[in-house]
Amino acid sequence: MSNPDNEKQSDVKITVRNLDFYYGDKQALFSNTLNIEANKVTAFIGPSGCGKSTHIRCYNRMFNLYKGHRGEGEILFDGQNVLDPVVPELELRKRIGMIFQKPTPFPMTVYDNIAYGLKLHGNYPKSELDGRVEKALQDGALWDEVKDALHKAGTALSGGQQQRLCIARAIAVQPEVILMDEPCSALDPIATAKIEELIDELKRNYTIVMVTHSMQQAARVSDNTAFFYMGKLIEFGDTGTLFTQPKEQQTEDYITGRFG
Amino acid sequence: MQHTMKRFDEEMGQLKEHVLSMGGLVEKAIGDAVQSMLEQDETLAMRTIDRDRAINALEVQADEMTRDILVRRQPAAGDLRFILAIIKVITDLERMGDLAAGIAQGMIRGGEKPPKNFSNLDIMGEKVQRQVHRALDALSRGDIDLAMTVIEKDVGIDTLYKRMYRELLTYMMEDARSITSSIILSNAAKNLERISAHATNIAEMVIYMEKGHDIRHVDHDTAARILNGEDI
Repeated sequence: MSNPDNEKQSDVKITVRNLDFYYGDKQALFSNTLNIEANKVTAFIGPSGCGKSTHIRCYNRMFNLYKGHRGEGEILFDGQNVLDPVVPELELRKRIGMIFQKPTPFPMTVYDNIAYGLKLHGNYPKSELDGRVEKALQDGALWDEVKDALHKAGTALSGGQQQRLCIARAIAVQPEVILMDEPCSALDPIATAKIEELIDELKRNYTIVMVTHSMQQAARVSDNTAFFYMGKLIEFGDTGTLFTQPKEQQTEDYITGRFG
Repeated sequence: MQHTMKRFDEEMGQLKEHVLSMGGLVEKAIGDAVQSMLEQDETLAMRTIDRDRAINALEVQADEMTRDILVRRQPAAGDLRFILAIIKVITDLERMGDLAAGIAQGMIRGGEKPPKNFSNLDIMGEKVQRQVHRALDALSRGDIDLAMTVIEKDVGIDTLYKRMYRELLTYMMEDARSITSSIILSNAAKNLERISAHATNIAEMVIYMEKGHDIRHVDHDTAARILNGEDI
């Protein structure tokens, strides 16, 4: 199912083997197996409730916030199974950052939104903190728009700016992987295009995994695409191939709008 | 399976019908062009040339239909391959129409009586018409085996053309007065050979549309192996 070309060409950042997931008694993921390649954008597509968000939330053990949610199997990140409780959560979420559907700026200034995570993970002198905040905002493609408004409330920015602020906040602590759960679904086409442009820039330094409801978005920004249906990984491979010549009938039916 | 948007199904169906009716006109044009030459029927030749304008008009409409589907539906997978194939097929059909009209124009310009028995032009005309018919059938039904037959049989058409060309060359050397008519006949045969090549293009597009394999620039054995699912 996985694309053999991928395995040859580049490094694998995350290896998922036989991942099962349960919401209490209800099984939501069934033996998902795939490789996330380093410095690539991997998109997860599939109808609502297919498990794509559930899957992505396993990578940084986001599900641990809720009782009765549990994952089984292996998610190997630098040789360690992140599902193993010995892997410290704070450290894990620093290395695997996450962006959500709705922008989630903290109720503080633009500057503090970025500085908050940095202060959490290290003790930087003011000058270094300033430099890191600027760098993060530049990498988040927001600096030019907010450099004169660093002490304005983050929540006063536009939706698209808020989302880029969240991306800047995530990259400020220099993660290795960025998870994005429908990062553009609350944004207009221009703001969406800016985020997509940013994603394209970011993959030079980060590995990106995104869940999207927009197949066109998956086709535009991703290198690899995974199609999920009813908790199963149906097909995974090179995006261009998957959208022109899918191997599985279910994939074909979904991406051509023939589902159900 | 149907699209969730039923209108999309209708649009795809209409486009296919449109292209097939364009193909029907092209087939008729080829038959009439050859017949006009065999029977020295100037009226039929004129009608063939007129029909080419109708074919051109259908080409423009078909282009508009594909453009609309691309911009409105953003087709993927099999739908995308269908549209990509159709875009190319439209161009092939339009060229075939031009080539048929070219044969009819040659007839009108010809004047003098052509050499003996029209040197197998009738046989070649029939064979090429059958090629076009097969290619359109393959397109209509998504029939890969029939598409492969078209590709196989194109070689025979090439051979036929070469044989005719040599024959006509002999006539011209024997009798300089036959040069004009022989050249016109030779051009007609060349046009038929080109038409068959366009039919082959259509057959190749049928295979791309159905299987996603591009077999345009590989030899026949390799194409068969690709279709068998071997990695080449």
